Parts: sequence; C-alpha cells; structure tokens
Amino acid sequence: MRTLRFLLQKEFRQIFRDPAILRIIFVMPIIQLLILPWAADYEVKHVNLSVADHDHSSYSRLLISKVTSSGYFNLISYNNSFHAALEEVEQNKADVVLEIPAKFEQTIVKENEGTLFIAVNAINGVKANLGGAYLRSIIQDYNREVRLKWIQFPRFSPETSIEVHSSNWYNPLQNYKYFMVPGILVILVTMVGSFLAAMNIVKEKEIGTIEQINVTPVKKHYFILGKLIPFWVLGLFILTMGLLVTWLAYGIVPVGSFITIYIYAAIYLLAILGLGLLVSTMAGTQQQAMLISFFMMMVFILLSGLYTSIESMPVWAQWITKFNPVTYFIEVMRMVILKGSGLADISRQIIIIIGFAIVLNTWAAISYKKRV
Amino acid sequence: MNNDTIISVEGLTKRFGDFTAVDSISFQVGKGEIFGFLGANGAGKTTAMRMLCGLSMPTSGKASVAGFDIYKQTEEIKRNIGYMSQKFSLYEDLTVRENIRFYAGIYGKTNSFIKEKTAFVLKQLHLEKDADKLVRSLPLGWKQKLAFSVAIFHEPQIVFLDEPTGGVDPVTRREFWNMIYKAAEDGITVFVTTHYMDEAEYCDRVSIMVDGRIDALDTPSGLKSNLKASSMDEVFLMLARKAKRTGD
Repeated sequence: MRTLRFLLQKEFRQIFRDPAILRIIFVMPIIQLLILPWAADYEVKHVNLSVADHDHSSYSRLLISKVTSSGYFNLISYNNSFHAALEEVEQNKADVVLEIPAKFEQTIVKENEGTLFIAVNAINGVKANLGGAYLRSIIQDYNREVRLKWIQFPRFSPETSIEVHSSNWYNPLQNYKYFMVPGILVILVTMVGSFLAAMNIVKEKEIGTIEQINVTPVKKHYFILGKLIPFWVLGLFILTMGLLVTWLAYGIVPVGSFITIYIYAAIYLLAILGLGLLVSTMAGTQQQAMLISFFMMMVFILLSGLYTSIESMPVWAQWITKFNPVTYFIEVMRMVILKGSGLADISRQIIIIIGFAIVLNTWAAISYKKRV
Repeated sequence: MNNDTIISVEGLTKRFGDFTAVDSISFQVGKGEIFGFLGANGAGKTTAMRMLCGLSMPTSGKASVAGFDIYKQTEEIKRNIGYMSQKFSLYEDLTVRENIRFYAGIYGKTNSFIKEKTAFVLKQLHLEKDADKLVRSLPLGWKQKLAFSVAIFHEPQIVFLDEPTGGVDPVTRREFWNMIYKAAEDGITVFVTTHYMDEAEYCDRVSIMVDGRIDALDTPSGLKSNLKASSMDEVFLMLARKAKRTGD
C-alpha cells in the first residue's frame, strides 16, 4: 500500500509538471465543447440555388420569393436557360437548380396543374438530400397557397386535408446541441482515459525508466494501479469540467441525476483505462501508440452513434458498434441528460461496461510483463 | 562454491530465435568484489546482465544471485540488488530529492531512513543546493553520479552497472570510480560493464566476453602476464579481434 502511495505521488507530480498534459486537461475540453457542437450541425442551411425561369410570370416570381425567403437557400443566379443554371452547378457555385417551364402560370390556371423540375448536385449527399427535400416542401406549401386563393369556400374544399400534429419529447425544440454535446463529452473522457494513459506508460518505456522500475521489487499490479488511478481521477475531472462548460455555454443541465452519470463514468473509465493499458503493451514507442490511438479513435467516433444513428447502419456495422465501449456511454449520457433515466434504466449498459472493464484489464495485465 | 560467493553462474544461455546472444557462460563473483564484465558491442554483456537482474528469462543454464535462483526467486533478487542501466533512468521531470525519495520509497524504506540518508547522499554528491532542482537541469556527469547513488540507496548486496560512465568526462569518471570503491568498501558487490580499459584496471577481476562466450577471466595483472600484454587495452584487442559478430 505504501508503495502505491509513492507511485501515485510521483505520477501526480509528473502530470502537473507537464505543460502539454495540463493544456490537454484544461484547455482541450473547453475549446472542443465550445467549438465542435456548432460545427457538428445536422441542419442544412445556405443551400446555393440557381433558378432557370422560362416563364417570367407573377406566379414564378411568387415561387422564387417564397423559396428565398425560407432562409435555407441563397439565390445565386437567375437564368433564362437550364444550361446556364447547370453550369453554375458544374462550377460548384450552385447546389440545386430549380427549373420553371415556360407557360407555367398559364398551365396552372388553365389545366389546374403544373410541372417543375429540380436538379440536385449529389456530391454532398446530406446537403443534396435535405436541400431537395426542403425545396419540395416549400413547393408543396406554395401549391396549397395557390389553391387556397382560388377556393372561396373552404367547406366545399375538394381537397381532403389530414393535418398532422407532432410533439417532440425530451428535446422539444429539436436542438441538435442537446444531442451532440453529451456525445462529444464522452469522446473527451475517452481520449483522456485511454490514450493519455497509454502515452504515459509508453513514454516510460521509451526513456527507459520502466526498466528501472522492473528491477525494483514493485509488484506488477501496484505499478499498473499507480498508472491507472491518476488517469481515472483525471477522467472524472474532465467530465466535471465538461459538464460545467455544457451548463455555462449551452444551458444544458442533466434531467437525471449527476450521481447516475458519475457512477457510470467511474465504471466506464475503468474499461477505457484497461484499453489504454493494452495499447501501451502493444506499442514500443510513443509514435506507435499515437498511430494505434488515431486508428481506434476514428472507429470509436464513427461507429458509436455520435454523429449517425446506429439503427440506420448496415447490420454488420451495427455489430461493430456493440464492441465499441463508447457507444454505451454515449447512449447513457443522452438518456440521463435528456431523458432523466436512472440507474435502473441503464442497467443493461452498466452490465456491459463492467464486462468490458473485466476483459480489457485482464487482457492488459496478462500482456504486461516485467520479464521478457 | 564457497560461502563468499554471491553470484554463481553455470552454463547460462540466452537465445533469440537462431541467434545465441549469450552462449553457456559460467563464472562466480565473490562478496565485496568489483567484477568487470568486458566485451565489444554486441558481445552479449547487457543480455547476460539483464538475465541476472531478472529482467530477461534465460533459455537454459543455472544461476543464483545473492543466494536466490534467477528462475524462481526474481522478486527476492530484486530486493537485494541495485541496477543502473545504459540509458539514464532517473525521472528528468522530478527533482533530485523527489527521485531519491521515490526509489527509496518503492524499495520499502522508512521515512526516517530516507530522510537521514538523503541528507548524507546529497552532501556526498555536493548537491545540497540543487536538491530541489529538476534532474533535467543537471550536467550529465552529475546525473550519472546521482543515478549510482540512487541505485545503491537501499543498500543492496550487489549493484549492477551497465556502462555507467558512457559519455562522461575523465574527471567525473575518476570521481565515479571513487564512489564505486566506496560502495565496495561498504560491502556492496559491484558488477560493472565498461568499454574503458583504464577502468578495467580498477576492477578486482575481469571477464572478457567474445561472441557470447567468456574468453578470459582473471585479475587484470593475471590477464596481462598470461597474454604477455603490457596493458588491458592490448589484452582486450587480442581477444576481441577474434570476434566474428559485428557490433551493434
């Protein structure tokens, strides 16, 4: 026990003397939480629109002004031919082309129907999809308006009208930041817990001090604990900083209890520290550790449901997410912060993460050898 | 094996795949001896030493260090030895005092022992004023002397030194050897590898490793008269020239 105290004292001293680590601990969470949620926006805005108007009527002008006043589109050019508009797309200036055919107004009034054509630049799939969808719904709205103008007596309305009312639970304003911020916080805690710990151990390998420790009678498990405990504390500290920033910058206060979050985070960090330890046993130099970390972080972020919904992934990818510890913490954070779930509601995630902790730490402890 | 033998090695071998780094070496080291372990780069000195310290698992052969078996009793061995590796192994981002305290602490020394002996060691090294400076800021020679003091701080029976004076100026080397003599006087057995032949002259006995085997083992004067050489330098060159392995 006394040995452990000496080891911990040394670790904490070194951590607090390293300006790079301090920056990572204090500055990184704040900056990332302040910047990333704004960039990781699901809403598509500023879709560049190019119009090819062959009609030049009051109806076509009404349509165009309706589209541009929606706030989602920037009208970048107004052309007389479809070719000219498409050229804008080719030059990457426009994302969507709206073509209004000649005699648009005339056919609507006479034949009670009209045709419009939309061409979408599908290189950026999300932007194209949503941009096209927005445009379609604006046109539908326009369509209803035009019809309402003609029908004087709504009770004889020939149109069946089913109106849909919806209410959004847990995030009534559909503020995507409520969705992103808890997830980004999880990524931060994960990075500190696994990769800072891994780098720390590998650094000792590189400078040779680990060999010096290995010729002392320090027991393997004490050495490992001496490395894990400081980063466990740091992980919880970063979580606290993150929750503070979340509250100050976005006004997000967990609906559920902090205790639930901290209990889960404490167990989660054990699992993730085991992973860090495992990385350190695999890497001989800090560069190697860094590369392994980069690769794993990519998988962690993209296959965790942070940005994209897991349910819409292919089945095999869904299976990979099940082996990603980050997935469960993100789930838990969203459940507790937005829905107010309690310990009983997240019991499945707790059991799974305990499993991760046991497997990863056992694996790492076996791989860590004092003698080669 | 008499009672004064503290290290006893018999047929110790280490293979890495096809490569035999240490090829069935046998020798004994007596208590309080300064034992020089010489050899060209790549001769297998460090590997042999690492096996004796319990850092590396032997392929075959027998050895005991401080009376403990190197296969089964490595933890006991570790309690009784000090080790100073080729690489500088103190923490550069800790102060002199913190380094001493840390290493003494993990050897299970009491606070009062640590306090008392730290003052003594700092005085011996003339580092009282720099005790709270980061080790990073010390000159290399001082670092090496400090590393040696830390390696024997817990008063081990044997201290293993792997090229302790590499890259150090002649004056500091001289001071370093004075410290080694002092340690030997205090009853600590010194097992040291070196490339400097003048240092080999300071040893009680010297073994010379060539291609993983021990080719010669005697007192420096015995070696010189056997091979009719005038200096250890000459002895070393005569033996090491036979080596087929290239250095690393």
